[in-house]
Amino acid sequence: MDEVRLIEVKQDIHADNERAAEELRARLADTKTFLLNLMSSPGAGKTTTILKTLEQMPESLEVGVLEADIDSMVDAERIASAGISAIQLRTGGFCHLDAAMVSKGLDALDLDALDLVIIENVGNLVCPAEFDTGAVRNAMILSVPEGDDKPLKYPLMFTVCDVLLVNKIDYMELSDFDMGVMLERVERLNPEIEIFEISAKTGWGVKEWAAWLSREVAGFIAD
Amino acid sequence: MHELQVTERILNIAVKHASGHDVSKIVRIHLKIGELSDLEDEWIQRYFDYLSEGTLAEGAELAIEWAPIVLGCEACGSRYEIRREALASPECPKCGENDCRLISGREYLVKNIEVI
Ligand SMILES: Nc1nc2c(ncn2[C@@H]2O[C@H](COP(=O)(O)OP(=O)(O)OP(=O)(O)O)[C@@H](O)[C@H]2O)c(=O)[nH]1
Ligand SMILES: [Mg+2]
Ligand SMILES: [Zn+2]
Repeated sequence: MDEVRLIEVKQDIHADNERAAEELRARLADTKTFLLNLMSSPGAGKTTTILKTLEQMPESLEVGVLEADIDSMVDAERIASAGISAIQLRTGGFCHLDAAMVSKGLDALDLDALDLVIIENVGNLVCPAEFDTGAVRNAMILSVPEGDDKPLKYPLMFTVCDVLLVNKIDYMELSDFDMGVMLERVERLNPEIEIFEISAKTGWGVKEWAAWLSREVAGFIAD
Repeated sequence: MHELQVTERILNIAVKHASGHDVSKIVRIHLKIGELSDLEDEWIQRYFDYLSEGTLAEGAELAIEWAPIVLGCEACGSRYEIRREALASPECPKCGENDCRLISGREYLVKNIEVI
């Protein structure tokens, strides 16, 4: 009878991705390109927010966008028609982007000329939270119609993000969304997170968030 | 949701470590996964059965040890485990503060493999 033997492995399933993410961050530090990873549920307002945010950023900033639509070019076309260079990533049905996919996507952009690249990650609050994309900062959108209980249901996403944009503030009157309760839930998971309330539709609050982002980008480039 | 991709990584890691050890079959793969992960064990096993067909790991069982979510209290320095469902009220059981940070709960490890 064959004996069962034990072979030690002790390998992190995400180790390859983490290595790729660090390599990408080193590359972006060289080209002085600030990479922002934007995540949310489908329809929370990623594309609208990107467009509104870029309107408020300094003219001198050179910007590109990486779009990770699962199966369409719709968002990339929306971005491109606003005159911003957009790359459509083929995610092949993947539920998230990983560092290797982002790195490959960035090959199509002239990173030396770009100061800021925004990734519109695949719309979901679960999978993208687990994969480091190599971004300098992670941001997420929670929109008011989704409800104030999302920090309880998707704690990891709220834990890995540096910024939370609470979007569709114009829906507040119509909903039972309790901002105080939601903020308390988020702060408990991640006391350091920056929070901005915005309406990407009306532009309300976008200026403050764009100013924060501009400062982050400027600081990164000056380093 | 990304169980398929994670399962593929598990399979690759297991097969890589088995080769070079004169292995005829991998019978069990021991994983350690943090409770903050949303993986469904039932699904990973199903995906694994599908992906591992024709490999050294065909028919292997995935044995998952769930690693607890551990928080560290910034106020008094104590560490404590917490259920995922209880994250909404993560007060320190010692001092009652809720100024805490995540110590662990995000593990994703292939610990070892049982082979013949
Ligand atoms: N009322 C209101 N509607 C908004 C706001 N922001 C976005 N929307 C609308 O919400 C819908 C979805 O917005 P998108 O920007 O396409 O959302 P997305 O997250 O990019 O969606 P996917 O890429 O499909 O996941 C559109 O109809 C937007 O006009 C907002 O602040 N208020
Ligand atoms: Mg979109
Ligand atoms: Zn304490």
